[in-house]
Amino acid sequence: MSIDKDTARRVAHLARIEVAEDALEGLAAELSGILGFMEQLMEVDVDGVEPMTSVTPLDLPRRADQVTDGNKQADILRNAPDAREGFFAVPKVVE
Amino acid sequence: MADLQKMTIATARDALRKGDFTSLELTESYLDASSSAAALNAYIAHTPDLARDQAKAADARISSGDAPSMCGIPLGIKDLFCTRDVQTQAASAILEGFRPPYESTTTQQLWDAGAVMLGKLNMDEFAMGSSNETSTYGPAVSPWRRADGGNTDLTPGGSSGGSASAVSADLCVAATGTDTGGSIRQPAAFTGIVGVKPTYGRVSRWGIVAFASSLDQAGPMTKTVRDAAIMLEAMAGHDPKDSTSAPMPVPDFEAALTGDIRGKTIGIPKEYRLEGMPQEIETLWADGTAMLRDAGARIVDISLPHTKYALPAYYVIAPAEASSNLARYDGVRYGHRATLSQGEGVTEMYERTRAEGFGKEVQRRIMIGAYVLSAGYYDAYYKRAQKVRTLIKQDFERVFADGIDAILTPATPSASFGIGEMADADPIKMYLNDVFTVTVNLAGLPGISVPTGLDSQGLPLGLQLIGQPWGEAEMLNTAYALEKAAGFAHYAPKWW
Repeated sequence: MSIDKDTARRVAHLARIEVAEDALEGLAAELSGILGFMEQLMEVDVDGVEPMTSVTPLDLPRRADQVTDGNKQADILRNAPDAREGFFAVPKVVE
Repeated sequence: MADLQKMTIATARDALRKGDFTSLELTESYLDASSSAAALNAYIAHTPDLARDQAKAADARISSGDAPSMCGIPLGIKDLFCTRDVQTQAASAILEGFRPPYESTTTQQLWDAGAVMLGKLNMDEFAMGSSNETSTYGPAVSPWRRADGGNTDLTPGGSSGGSASAVSADLCVAATGTDTGGSIRQPAAFTGIVGVKPTYGRVSRWGIVAFASSLDQAGPMTKTVRDAAIMLEAMAGHDPKDSTSAPMPVPDFEAALTGDIRGKTIGIPKEYRLEGMPQEIETLWADGTAMLRDAGARIVDISLPHTKYALPAYYVIAPAEASSNLARYDGVRYGHRATLSQGEGVTEMYERTRAEGFGKEVQRRIMIGAYVLSAGYYDAYYKRAQKVRTLIKQDFERVFADGIDAILTPATPSASFGIGEMADADPIKMYLNDVFTVTVNLAGLPGISVPTGLDSQGLPLGLQLIGQPWGEAEMLNTAYALEKAAGFAHYAPKWW
């Protein structure tokens, strides 16, 4: 599977990574190379094989639905690039 | 007073308990060593005040007779572990300035056992890399040099390259590492030290910056197998905050080190004999096999038929998980945020923040991950890779059911290489570093790298032992027998 420039642009947007228009060709070639390496997987007979969902046979544990932590607003906002009045601040989302 | 350098956990522990020296004295000695080794770029942050406070507290505990094995031992901590109020960036520019208000479970367990933190250690950005060259801090450098009279800087491997360099150069007694595809075992092999990747679920992942959650495990990087046993015991155990942490008791790993492996069956997998593998690696492997046979083990040729597909499966699964895990770095809650122009909005903020904050390799993997998970490609790549992962795990289950106790393989396909030597190579070439280690992560098994020889250039080489799930104690004992037989006692001559 080879990736063209348009697919590279789409993948970059899906990944929310800004890529300059003139860098897309190079990116497409690089991603194609890596996907080419993965093509080997097509040789494997996987008929009737279950995809792995958990490497250990443990069931996910459940716990009582109780609050175990909280009241840490200052801790949570402490590392924010822009926090105001107890909120994370971001550029305007809706006009 | 005893020479406070070249300490192992075991010798330091015994000397501290006897009162030969204090933890504060030991800590000062290691603070000196670590702060005068800038040429190795192993530490990205030093925490001398914290170290002295912890050392004093450890000395008080030791004199009161309450001295767990790790009490008073100076450690280096990989930058992937969140450490309260101490710089934690996963060696990425996107986490610039991040100081976690919490501590990872694993490091907390080490501090509860009395260990001392000297500082944070360099690594590949988000643990993605095999040479430490993707770090935003620049590469960590191996203390080892080729015996050719030159002064080429060599890689300590990656992603736990700073940990490997620091332990090997004696800038800490031991260090933490993490291993998603070989990131503990490959750097350990490159620098002549011991590294353990535990069974998936043995060590809590809570508070460790996530790369690929179904593959990541933390483990010890130490000078000896005994130290690895001691430190793993302190790091391991059930943690309710990590839902994949196993509610299983932690054995006394050190007590398992009898060195007696008579009657054990060691498998030698034929698929690990790669075309074009250097003769030195073949010889190392054959020598290691002979050592285990001489120690009384039975050697059996085995087959793990899907080995060849482990690397391509890994490079679908790990980036897929990474693209999901790294979605959180959006410039909103922590770290870097890009500057916007008039009229730009939240989408530009996300996209530019991530373009500026993530390095090239991380960007590449996030995009590969986004691609293999996207509509139309999910079944062809991701789901197929997960099926292949099942087959790889079944390969191991089959040989263990046939009576194999442990598997012996080379740890890496070569010795360490020069920093920058792979710069123009295809990314796949770098990925091949993990060819012998990645199967272990895909199958959730424990693995250990043990230094057993030097190559013709005088650089360390290691062998890997793969154990049964939850069989770390037995695996460590086999490694202990191998270590004793190999008698690796080489140190990199100090030049830094």
